[in-house]
Amino acid sequence: MTTRERILGWAFILCALALAPLFITSNRWIDFLELTLFIAVLGQGWNVLGGYGGQYSFGHAVFFGTGAYIQALLQYKLGWSPWLTLWFAISGTAAVAAMIGYLSFRYGLRGSYFALITLAFAEAFHVVSRSWSSFTEGGQGVQLTLNQDPALALVTFQFSFGGPFMKAYGFYYTIFAILLISYAATWWMEHSRFGAQLVAVRENEDAAEALGVNAFAVKMRAICLSAAITASGGVYYVQKFLFIEPGIAYGTAKSVEALFAPIIGGLGTVLGPLIGSFFIHGVGEVAKEAIHGIFGDRPGVDLILFGIILVLILAFAPRGLVGLLERVWIRLKARRDA
Amino acid sequence: MEFLGLDLPSYGWETVLGSAISGVFLGSIYALVALGLTLIYGVLHIINFAHGALLMLAMYAVFFLWKFLGLDPYLAMIIVVPGAYVFGYGLQRGIIGKASHGRDEIILLVTLGVSIVIENAALFFFSASERSVLVPYDLDGIDLGVTYAVYPELIALGGSLLITFALWLFMSLTDTGKAIRAVAKERQGARLVGINVDHIFAVTFGIGTACVAAAASLLVPTYAVHPQIGYLFVLIAFTVVVLGGMGSFIGALVGGFLIGVTEQLGRLYLGESMGVITISVIFILVLLFRPTGLFGQRSG
Repeated sequence: MTTRERILGWAFILCALALAPLFITSNRWIDFLELTLFIAVLGQGWNVLGGYGGQYSFGHAVFFGTGAYIQALLQYKLGWSPWLTLWFAISGTAAVAAMIGYLSFRYGLRGSYFALITLAFAEAFHVVSRSWSSFTEGGQGVQLTLNQDPALALVTFQFSFGGPFMKAYGFYYTIFAILLISYAATWWMEHSRFGAQLVAVRENEDAAEALGVNAFAVKMRAICLSAAITASGGVYYVQKFLFIEPGIAYGTAKSVEALFAPIIGGLGTVLGPLIGSFFIHGVGEVAKEAIHGIFGDRPGVDLILFGIILVLILAFAPRGLVGLLERVWIRLKARRDA
Repeated sequence: MEFLGLDLPSYGWETVLGSAISGVFLGSIYALVALGLTLIYGVLHIINFAHGALLMLAMYAVFFLWKFLGLDPYLAMIIVVPGAYVFGYGLQRGIIGKASHGRDEIILLVTLGVSIVIENAALFFFSASERSVLVPYDLDGIDLGVTYAVYPELIALGGSLLITFALWLFMSLTDTGKAIRAVAKERQGARLVGINVDHIFAVTFGIGTACVAAAASLLVPTYAVHPQIGYLFVLIAFTVVVLGGMGSFIGALVGGFLIGVTEQLGRLYLGESMGVITISVIFILVLLFRPTGLFGQRSG
């Protein structure tokens, strides 16, 4: 693909995402788009570390949950403005990531061992958030007060009582803005010296070190950026639902969702997590509809399909949907030129 | 009592000993679940994320055999263990081996995918509700003075020791066992002397799954079955395997007992919900400072 085709492709996708809600009248589909973009953000967070850096985290919920808890607790306990707390949520989570990364990478954990230790950290945070009730409100979770004054909608970062436009689209454009910033950051990373070094570490850490790359420093920067992106998803979640509890924050669901999108979409590509998120949620919606007609409402259908798609992608398309699309594109062009 | 600046409750030695003994019983179950995991790791060098899901599936099998055929959970082993072997063999040969292209991280993801499919299929077909087997002897037991041990706990303890010993005998004495050890030590060499490595991988996976099915039979009388139960055990099993040393049977046994006792003492001193953090903390510390575990050999 040429650079021009890429830029045109991105312009098309972003314009479509920016304008789509204006043409959608059903709330259900706006919710669907919002959820898809939310998972695409979490997925990009995972992708920075896992896709570009080859460090597969199985506990990325630790970053989502920490971001969400900082965002919620600073408002709940200290009454700070959400516009202020979000900076603490993102930088605080990056600090937690620096601690986890320092321990894991300093002691040379790679591959499966890194996956296990991230899982263990997520579980440790889960237990603490559930048990340390005086600090985290324990298992009942943190419930923020709903602002019902339309004049304060923007100040309180709560759009459900805002004007008609804000009410309908406020949170959609919030997650869209987060997506834009995080994808731009990933794009910048991919084209920077740091990104090149990160990919070198993924391909062969020892060889990269031999060429003078400081693998430890590179991985530390990657885990902090990854955590910051994932934490911004947590900030969105808290503002949208005004609630966080240990299971949502640190349970396995978020860790798993964060890795589905980039692996299915295409590891180590900026577009991968977005395509992957759209694909799995599209498939999930269709499957839920289909099953609903036969069995009624039953949980689990979408995740069964996600798991099967994950295994199929790993087996037959290691470069994900982005890799498949590129192949199709090249073949189409070859046919046209012939 | 004060410890590291924390004000801990103080208990008499009877309470502490009783707690430790119940930890030994709990640990025997952990050891048994970890046994299959450590075997699979030792040979295939893969961390089998689907292990917990397979445990859960086997527990459902035991439950339904009891419910519809009236089969005692312990007798169900005769059906469930061979069934699990076949299932595990097929899973490795048909899916995990084929999809992973021999790369460790990919195997980890494939087993994660498999576990998600199995768990949610269970949720879909069996719903999230807890189901328990009612056996007539579940509250009978022996009074040990400091604590009371019910028969299912005693049987689980005996069973886990017996199964570990049987597995060790199998690995030492039979030709298949020797072939498995050869593949674990030196894949290429084993291939050169005519061992079918893919077959041995699948056999190992099958035996690992059979072990977890045996664990399921021993668990069902004391634990209710639900789709998430595998996850509960698999984290602990990882900890046990890492602590004992990946691939070591004796390590799985000792690790299981250590984790069981630590967990119970943690619950006693730190409270029911905070107590389980001891497991995550041990897990993290062992991974950082001694990733080869207590009995493990240096892994590559």
